[in-house]
Amino acid sequence: MRYIPHTAGDVTQMLERVGVATLKDLFVEVPESVRLKRPLDLQELASETELLREFKALAAKNATPETHKSFLGGGAYHHFIPTVIDQLISRSEFYTAYTPYQPEISQGTLQAVFEFQSLICQLTGMAAANASMYDGASACAEAVLMAMRLTRRKRVLLSRAINPRYRAVVATYCRYLNLELVDVAVADDGRTDLDDLKAKLDDSTAAVVAGYPNYFGVIEDVAALAEQVHGAGARLVTAVAEPVALGLLKSPGELGADIVVGDAQSFGLPLAFGGPYVGFFAVRQKDVRGMPGRLVGETTDLEGQRGFVLTLATREQHIRREKATSNICSNQGLCALMATIFMSLLGKQGLREMAEQNLAKAAYARQQLSAVKGFSLVFNGPAFNEFVVRSEAPVAEVLTSLEKVGILAGIPLGEDYPELKDCFLVCVTEQNQREEIDALVAALQGGAA
Amino acid sequence: MTIVGTSGLVLNEKLLFEHSDPGRKGYSLPKLDVPSAELPAELCRQEINGFPELSEVDVVRHFTRLSTWNYGVDSGFYPLGSCTMKYNPKVNEAAARIPGLAGIHPATPSHLSQGILELMYRLQSALAEISGFARVTLQPAAGAQGELAGMLVIRAWHEARGSKRTKVLIPDTAHGTNPATASLTGYDVMPIASEGILTLEEVEAHMNDDVAALMVTNPNTLGLFESNIEAICKLVHERGGMVYCDGANLNALMGIARPGDMGIDVMHFNLHKTFSTPHGGGGPGSGPVGVTEELIPYLPGPGVECDGLGVDCDKESYRLESANADSIGRMMAFHGNVGIMVRAYAYIRSMGPEGLKYASEMAVLNANYVRARLEGVYDLPYKSRSLHEVIFSDKDLEGSCHTLDVAKRLIDYGYHPPTIYFPLVVKGAIMIEPTETESREILDEFCDAMISIAGEARDNPDLLHQAPIRSKVRRLDETTAARKPKLRWEEGG
Amino acid sequence: MEFPEEFKYTEDHEWVMVEEGLAVIGISDFAQDALGDVVFVELPEVGVVLEAGKAFGVVESVKAVSDIYAPIAGTVEEINDELVDAPEIINTSPYEDGWMIKIRMIDASAADNLMDAEAYQALIAEES
Repeated sequence: MRYIPHTAGDVTQMLERVGVATLKDLFVEVPESVRLKRPLDLQELASETELLREFKALAAKNATPETHKSFLGGGAYHHFIPTVIDQLISRSEFYTAYTPYQPEISQGTLQAVFEFQSLICQLTGMAAANASMYDGASACAEAVLMAMRLTRRKRVLLSRAINPRYRAVVATYCRYLNLELVDVAVADDGRTDLDDLKAKLDDSTAAVVAGYPNYFGVIEDVAALAEQVHGAGARLVTAVAEPVALGLLKSPGELGADIVVGDAQSFGLPLAFGGPYVGFFAVRQKDVRGMPGRLVGETTDLEGQRGFVLTLATREQHIRREKATSNICSNQGLCALMATIFMSLLGKQGLREMAEQNLAKAAYARQQLSAVKGFSLVFNGPAFNEFVVRSEAPVAEVLTSLEKVGILAGIPLGEDYPELKDCFLVCVTEQNQREEIDALVAALQGGAA
Repeated sequence: MTIVGTSGLVLNEKLLFEHSDPGRKGYSLPKLDVPSAELPAELCRQEINGFPELSEVDVVRHFTRLSTWNYGVDSGFYPLGSCTMKYNPKVNEAAARIPGLAGIHPATPSHLSQGILELMYRLQSALAEISGFARVTLQPAAGAQGELAGMLVIRAWHEARGSKRTKVLIPDTAHGTNPATASLTGYDVMPIASEGILTLEEVEAHMNDDVAALMVTNPNTLGLFESNIEAICKLVHERGGMVYCDGANLNALMGIARPGDMGIDVMHFNLHKTFSTPHGGGGPGSGPVGVTEELIPYLPGPGVECDGLGVDCDKESYRLESANADSIGRMMAFHGNVGIMVRAYAYIRSMGPEGLKYASEMAVLNANYVRARLEGVYDLPYKSRSLHEVIFSDKDLEGSCHTLDVAKRLIDYGYHPPTIYFPLVVKGAIMIEPTETESREILDEFCDAMISIAGEARDNPDLLHQAPIRSKVRRLDETTAARKPKLRWEEGG
Repeated sequence: MEFPEEFKYTEDHEWVMVEEGLAVIGISDFAQDALGDVVFVELPEVGVVLEAGKAFGVVESVKAVSDIYAPIAGTVEEINDELVDAPEIINTSPYEDGWMIKIRMIDASAADNLMDAEAYQALIAEES
């Protein structure tokens, strides 16, 4: 076994030193009655060559943006991934290290996390960001829990225009915490319905959660939401599933959001069938001590050199146990590093340029598609790189016929939104060339309908 | 003794933001091939204040230098108790990067994602076999989220039966995540004392009709097997409760004994511990959860199902089954940390059934070898046979030296320190988990270092108090960091 | 370690000193020493009514956190604002500058039932 270095001689000598005769004797405290008396029923081991052959065979059965023209988004985005990222995170000092509990030999991780926190603050317009959460959905759930703790209120309003899977995760986290979750309707423009929000907001409301952009790709009026939410003494949680948009849009912090969460998968992380991605979580200064998750802070060492440490740890489970702000321990450290490298490479200009390309490509696709007979656009609010298309022909048939010509045209919305059962969500990024968009349009024109 | 720790060549490096120069560029995008578009001006920001502007070279050097300030498993021995810092096989990394596995969108229809679904199905089946549970969900992102899923499942089972129990029993040796999770599930925590291991009497004294579950770790955080586990599970069941097991220490038991066979109802796995996936400086991990037949309906969804028979499923027969009405719902936006699952499955395939059992045997042998070599030099508070890890304390240390000083001095010798001050029941705990991937030679060198440090504590305690002296930075001022938190870079600040 | 004779003490290591109908409350020298460098203090707002035995605030060091319990019932009249920016005062002067809150007692004689310095010292001798 190439991962286990013991020779037969080592084993004999070590057993002798331990003072037992056989390996089985090491397990004397495991009662005979619970011992497994047969070999594990698993496949025999595969050599490295066999393993890779087997995995490549499995990989060949999957459709990806390399095999298909893909317009799938909905919280996971196909973006440009600079080569540098994988080269750097493959340095094993990064990926084989544990959580930086011993700061003297973890300064690399710690400084990178400090930079991640700083970049997220700049991007979101907030005062403090943590070291990462599992994904955007769980970050959203943690934001709801935080708002509940800070306001000591028990009612939470969720815009129906946020990612339905984020809503589902919020519901799971809150399942037994006596919290009332209330949906807020979507207006005709695809934004959260401000009248419905007004009707449902009251002085027992802890938080209101809205997307930015929302699940339909529409850019919410965060300032208007904030005004209403703050009027009721509640916190506005902004969930950003597509942070590329923040290269162009005003920051949620500037517009009045109290907690900004989201997923930074768009920043250099492969699609990987949904994970690992990386949730981010940013707050205003006054709420720092109520945050979940790890935080890195700057300090100095004995000799006055700058250094970084995990800090404000008394919020966390290993110290505060049942009173902790969250049970989170491991987060998505390496993914946060990937996003940090991405943001460093793209920088001020690059993120803006990338956002502009997404905006332009989606606008072009939207315009072309809306001209195809049998298809129409559903929402007219300002949009970023996704939009909802209504089809006269059944959605499943349309999507299946497009798959046959190598196009993954979008995500059907009927399961999550019965009123949109004749609609699908289309995403266009800088990775979609004009020819791909034109092919999608041509396929829809040519009988997919 | 060879001391591998040296100061080496370590280069200084500024923060990203301090390198930035307006106009520098580290990316390339294709020329826009469609007409440009604009958003209403009132929606747009001017620029992202403070965002860096760097060349590709700047970025590569920056992070390369940062990486050299870190210690990883590939740098050397990492005996961090409870964390199972075993070697992270390189083929796993290659497997996870195969484009057909790394590039698939989570909303891809099932018939176009058969390969990844098959892999996930095979992994969940293998984990079920290793642990003795009827079904495994792969969705939770890490151990703590697995705990949350598992405890929600237990609560959902109680609620379905109209049971309104309010408490969870947790031994004093538990990881902090256990009480934090119980609390997040809406339960009150009732700590119970252990005497190294849990006794039936102690559980019996607390297990009443208001207790929903007992949360155990087996082997526990003292590295001891809970040998009363069968009787304890039976008792808890008789009194209407469930038993949750924190699977952090499964590395001691693969192929030896299965938690599902002991009467445990729910357990989470840590793929980033037992199944060799890298810790990534704090994640991503993956925390699948196994349950008994009775609890399957409550598992989070969607899960991977197969219409055929296990790994011999016909092609195109794997599918994502939406959560049913009893399910606790979704834990993650998509299907969990699939990239980590690919690595873990590659590990299981590379090891095979005998290899996994051998890994557990060697992990336990290594821990006991370290114990045999250090007993008498360091105080050993619990004398029962250790499994995969061993806990010492600083009680016998001379020269006013404490566990923290030993830990910091180990850095000078070139080792990552063990877990310290945990579990809380041992004052000044030093928790060593060598894992199976370390050779006798490495363990001997480490033990020599530990013995040498105990001698230094006696003869020259200042060496410990001043340590580390060879690291990039010396001991850091954590007090000021907490009193005046500086959590981000600010221009001019 | 000092334990002023004129103060009263609790099992949770708070001290109380009654002056002019107000009870001044802080944590003992033993408590500050056990916690280590105090980095953060959370105190109630003025006007809050405290119940005896219930937590009214939190004191934190880098790696520990401890609730502070009200030794006696009453209404918060004044809090020590200086602790917010300089929590280390609790370490340097636990009985004087490190006081935490002053409360108007509901029962003026409530403090009489608490431990005196001698009894408290016996208690911590037992604990350590």
